[in-house]
Amino acid sequence: MRFVFKTHYDQDLGLFKHTQHRVCYALLGAIMVALPWLISDYLLGEFTLVLIWSIAGMGLMILIGQTGQASLGHAAFLAIGAYSVVLLQERAGLPFLLAFPLAGLISGVCGALIARPIAKLHGVYLAIATLALGILVEDIIVIAEAWTGGVGGLFAPDIDIFGHTFNKYINPADLYFLILGITVVLVLLYKNLLRSPLGRAFAAIRDSEVSAQAMGVEIAKTKSLSFALSAAYTGLAGALLGHFTGIFNNETFTIIMSINMLMMIVIGGVGSIHGAFFGAAVFVLLPTIIAFARDGLATLGLGNAVVIPGIEAGIFAAILIAFLLFEPLGIYGRWVKIRTWFELFPLARRDMFKRNQSFLKTERTR
Amino acid sequence: MSLLEVSDLTIRFGGLVAVDSVSFTVEPGETFALVGPNGAGKSTLFNLISRIYEPSSGSIRFKGEDLLTAHADQVAGLGIARTFQNIELFEHASVLQNLLVGRHTHRQYSFLSELLFLPRVREQERENRKAVENVIDFLDLQPYRNSLIAGLPYGVRKVVEMGRALALSPTLLLLDEPASGLSVEETNDVAFWIEDMKKLMGITVLMVEHDMSLVSAVSDRVLALADGKTIAVGSAKEVQSHPAVIEAYLGPDSLEVEA
Ligand SMILES: Nc1ncnc2c1ncn2[C@@H]1O[C@H](COP(=O)(O)OP(=O)(O)O)[C@@H](O)[C@H]1O
Ligand SMILES: [Mg+2]
Repeated sequence: MRFVFKTHYDQDLGLFKHTQHRVCYALLGAIMVALPWLISDYLLGEFTLVLIWSIAGMGLMILIGQTGQASLGHAAFLAIGAYSVVLLQERAGLPFLLAFPLAGLISGVCGALIARPIAKLHGVYLAIATLALGILVEDIIVIAEAWTGGVGGLFAPDIDIFGHTFNKYINPADLYFLILGITVVLVLLYKNLLRSPLGRAFAAIRDSEVSAQAMGVEIAKTKSLSFALSAAYTGLAGALLGHFTGIFNNETFTIIMSINMLMMIVIGGVGSIHGAFFGAAVFVLLPTIIAFARDGLATLGLGNAVVIPGIEAGIFAAILIAFLLFEPLGIYGRWVKIRTWFELFPLARRDMFKRNQSFLKTERTR
Repeated sequence: MSLLEVSDLTIRFGGLVAVDSVSFTVEPGETFALVGPNGAGKSTLFNLISRIYEPSSGSIRFKGEDLLTAHADQVAGLGIARTFQNIELFEHASVLQNLLVGRHTHRQYSFLSELLFLPRVREQERENRKAVENVIDFLDLQPYRNSLIAGLPYGVRKVVEMGRALALSPTLLLLDEPASGLSVEETNDVAFWIEDMKKLMGITVLMVEHDMSLVSAVSDRVLALADGKTIAVGSAKEVQSHPAVIEAYLGPDSLEVEA
């Protein structure tokens, strides 16, 4: 068993809880840095994509996991980020280094503006409103053809920083490191959010709006901030995704993508940063794994039986249903349970994670 | 000057007059209890003071200022903290985090400084933690510091909710049935805590409570409500023996039966 003796409040305020924690992250960091030398360029590209989707997942996580607000239209913010970053470079002539944060800012401002009218809604009504937003943005892309290229799509140039270009085919390692760096910065900001009053205000709104308000949390303003931060993260992910895929149009950012994002964080584990990463890894790597499995089965002479169109989506949905039924806390929740079991070995009890009786909560004064 | 002045306060829900021109004052440093049968309008009165409900008429003044100009989220900043009859904690957060939310009104810096976790934010968080640790010591919550609310027994939740309100460092504390559902021992603890809040922290307490032994033990004055109307004000003893109060609790024929 592990005992951490705390002697100063800073130990709870720090990013790492204890030495072992620090060692784990140092190891993870070392592996991430060594990755380009360990795996093929193709897989490195897939990993880069995992990072991009993790950023998008963190964006949605801020809104859903931290603040408890639903969104079925988050692909809209991916789109805003992707179109902004390209247009800012191509039309306004800004360098990537300026266009990229600006794309996040634009998406964030859009998030805040949209939040004002819809943040008053709860549950399914909020879900429908955000769904409508997603559909609206899809349509706007088609209508504003002069800017967005409409159905024909928009080409994203290679990322260019002080004359150094990043292309996923020419120098995949460089692109990977750039996106890894951005991801680390965004994770740190997210961690800071969690340990500061704003993060606690988000959690307060998630769990009880009445008492959050009675503690002095400004509900409307805080929800808007959550939408803004969430949209900013998602917009940044969209900007990277645009550059990564090279070309995108209205069909890149559909409702299906919004729903995939939602599935991603549910499978990963709602409410934690880890969850965003686990979910993104499953989401991106699953098709690759299925493809490998397919090849394996084909060599065994079972080829025809497994070439079923749309099987990825089917498997993904099946995994989601399995998680909702058996592990609502997602992969991260399962991981915490396994870790605790080992830490307590052999003292872990079977019903340790069983939830106690929950007490009646009134929604009358909402 | 009275700390809290409620005058002619009335609220209607459709045809039901839940609070019917109620007037009372709470003086600084006193413990004031509201009693009355279920549905009398006690919690509604709290929700009016918290500005969750808009009164149909009447006024509420706090420290001489009109409280009705404040929005529900500004009431805490004025120094009024509260608990809820049905416990409204943040279920998926730890006890420590719940208590820290109580410090929200002491938040000083913009969200950008918080995202960067600037040194001054860290300093503020240390201060918040110190304040919360004092509350934890006061209420003996040490064993539960890092427990999630979702797994805590009812009695502990009640105490945590009281702690969250105390963490705000309020001038006026509203407690809605602090002892309901608690054992005799736990109720005794609550009585001592309320005494200490008054004596050591100088907090004025306005509470709703059914347990008359607790009310008699801690309150300076008691107001009895029935069907939204004031039926008696005075010391616990006076109110308890007031004929209208006995009638409200036991029904119109009770006096004759007793006699
Ligand atoms: N939001 C509301 N809408 C309609 N009726 C309400 C509302 N809040 C309270 N009431 C009614 O007001 C009366 C007083 O309720 P309450 O203040 O909760 O009583 P108690 O004195 O037991 O705390 C009850 O009849 C209750 O049904
Ligand atoms: Mg009540």
